[in-house]
Amino acid sequence: MKVLVAVKRVVDYNVKVRVKADNSGVDLANVKMSMNPFCEIAVEEAVRLKEKGVATEIVVVSVGPSTAQEQLRTALALGADRAILVESAEDLTSLAVAKLLKAVVDKEQPQLVILGKQAIDSDNNQTGQMLAALSGYGQGTFASKVEVSGDTVAVTREIDGGAQTVSLKLPAIVTTDLRLNEPRYASLPNIMKAKKKPLEVLTPDALGVSTASTNKTVKVEAPAARSAGIKVKSVAELVEKLKNEAKVI
Amino acid sequence: MTILVIAEHDNKVVAPATLNTVAAAAKIGGDIHVLVAGQAVGAVAEAAAKIAGVTKVLVADNAAYAHQLPENVAPLVAELGKGYSHILAAATSNGKNILPRVAAQLDVDQISEIISVESADTFKRPIYAGNAIATVQSNAAVKVITVRATGFDPVAAEGGSAAVEAVAAAHDAGTSSFVGEELAKSDRPELTAAKIVVSGGRGMQNGDNFKHLYALADKLGAAVGASRAAVDAGFVPNDMQVGQTGKIVAPQLYIAVGISGAIQHLAGMKDSKVIVAINKDEEAPIFQVADYGLVADLFEAIPELEKLV
Repeated sequence: MKVLVAVKRVVDYNVKVRVKADNSGVDLANVKMSMNPFCEIAVEEAVRLKEKGVATEIVVVSVGPSTAQEQLRTALALGADRAILVESAEDLTSLAVAKLLKAVVDKEQPQLVILGKQAIDSDNNQTGQMLAALSGYGQGTFASKVEVSGDTVAVTREIDGGAQTVSLKLPAIVTTDLRLNEPRYASLPNIMKAKKKPLEVLTPDALGVSTASTNKTVKVEAPAARSAGIKVKSVAELVEKLKNEAKVI
Repeated sequence: MTILVIAEHDNKVVAPATLNTVAAAAKIGGDIHVLVAGQAVGAVAEAAAKIAGVTKVLVADNAAYAHQLPENVAPLVAELGKGYSHILAAATSNGKNILPRVAAQLDVDQISEIISVESADTFKRPIYAGNAIATVQSNAAVKVITVRATGFDPVAAEGGSAAVEAVAAAHDAGTSSFVGEELAKSDRPELTAAKIVVSGGRGMQNGDNFKHLYALADKLGAAVGASRAAVDAGFVPNDMQVGQTGKIVAPQLYIAVGISGAIQHLAGMKDSKVIVAINKDEEAPIFQVADYGLVADLFEAIPELEKLV
């Protein structure tokens, strides 16, 4: 079966971002960019499905600027067979991305689509669910285990009180949680080979998708800073402060 | 303006996060209706009708909604939601699962995890693991929003007397089914609602050592949380994880033990009123946000702390 994996280029998770002085957004100039960590887990899961003989082809797709080709090449080096970039310079909302992915799903007809549960920049946690709604497919969000058998997939999901397992008819949408797997690193030979794998570039216009949005970001501010604390010398002093100064115990 | 709030429940009781969500709805202003979708949810509907400020409770009692599968619940919410100005749900695993599906069906963008209401169409929400706060305005006919519980003080669970009305609509998409679940059992307060949270990280060294934190937590009436490192190492189950990808907490007192304080962990707890850090590495980033820091070996400090509180 064919598996489609969506990946996003985001600011590296170790970077502490700064808000721009004019409050128009965060400053991403000269900041290290990487594949969103949840997307790495999605690629890894697809590659494992291929290694098990469940998946026959892995197509990786990204919606973003032309520089997102770097992240697609990374996914190809990890084991994806070919890549699609839907080139879009604007900062798209999750719904617009979901509509673009829906157009790619219509074109590619995958049996399984794997996305990360959220991107660490917008922290939206929406795209997978929206794609599932637009496609009319079942959704297995926050997956910690994925098992394909016949024409269904059993997905174990991380929920607030523990874990839940659902069974979905294929084709279906799965979004990954952190504990689904441990992503591998790309080896140098595979990075070289990935340069020769096919990478198709599409535009929203070519897919016939409008990326108009009902949301507008008015401003972006830095969060209120916490006032500096103190270091106490002993447990006794800590307890005294918590009781008499902070009055929280 | 009329606002539809999706009740968070387990078919038996209304989850506390519903009260925070109703509080957000009250800040927007207008009539507040609550939807209870599930199976055999009579008691939940009754409890929802008593929530202060709620004027109507809609009950969709059907086997198709028993486990609140999004494939079945989202069409119901989208259908009912067309008549409302706002649809709100708590940003719990359930709310996050269902609401984006509703938004896509209504063809509107969703606003996730709001922490404040600026006006009926403008909201604030954290982005980049809480390192920036975005103000977002929506011109959607129906505004679809998830609410971060820690951003809003809960309304009273008693005092209201809303009318209860049954909803006949039953949607069964037939694309998904519930197989089973494994819920972690705990007698301690729920992590996201606790007044005091004691969390352990990699510095705990193993799962057995968490008994020191449990003993301290029981003395304080606290919930016990963990960093991702502690969960990944298998010390504790993942539903105890506090952070960007785990639970967001904002208790009166947060005690971080053996936690270095990575960006992703701070995203889940830096709105706590008082933060205490106990760590033997005085350079650990957690000390930059801690109100009270103690540089000490946790295996000596925690038992002593337990004795003194």
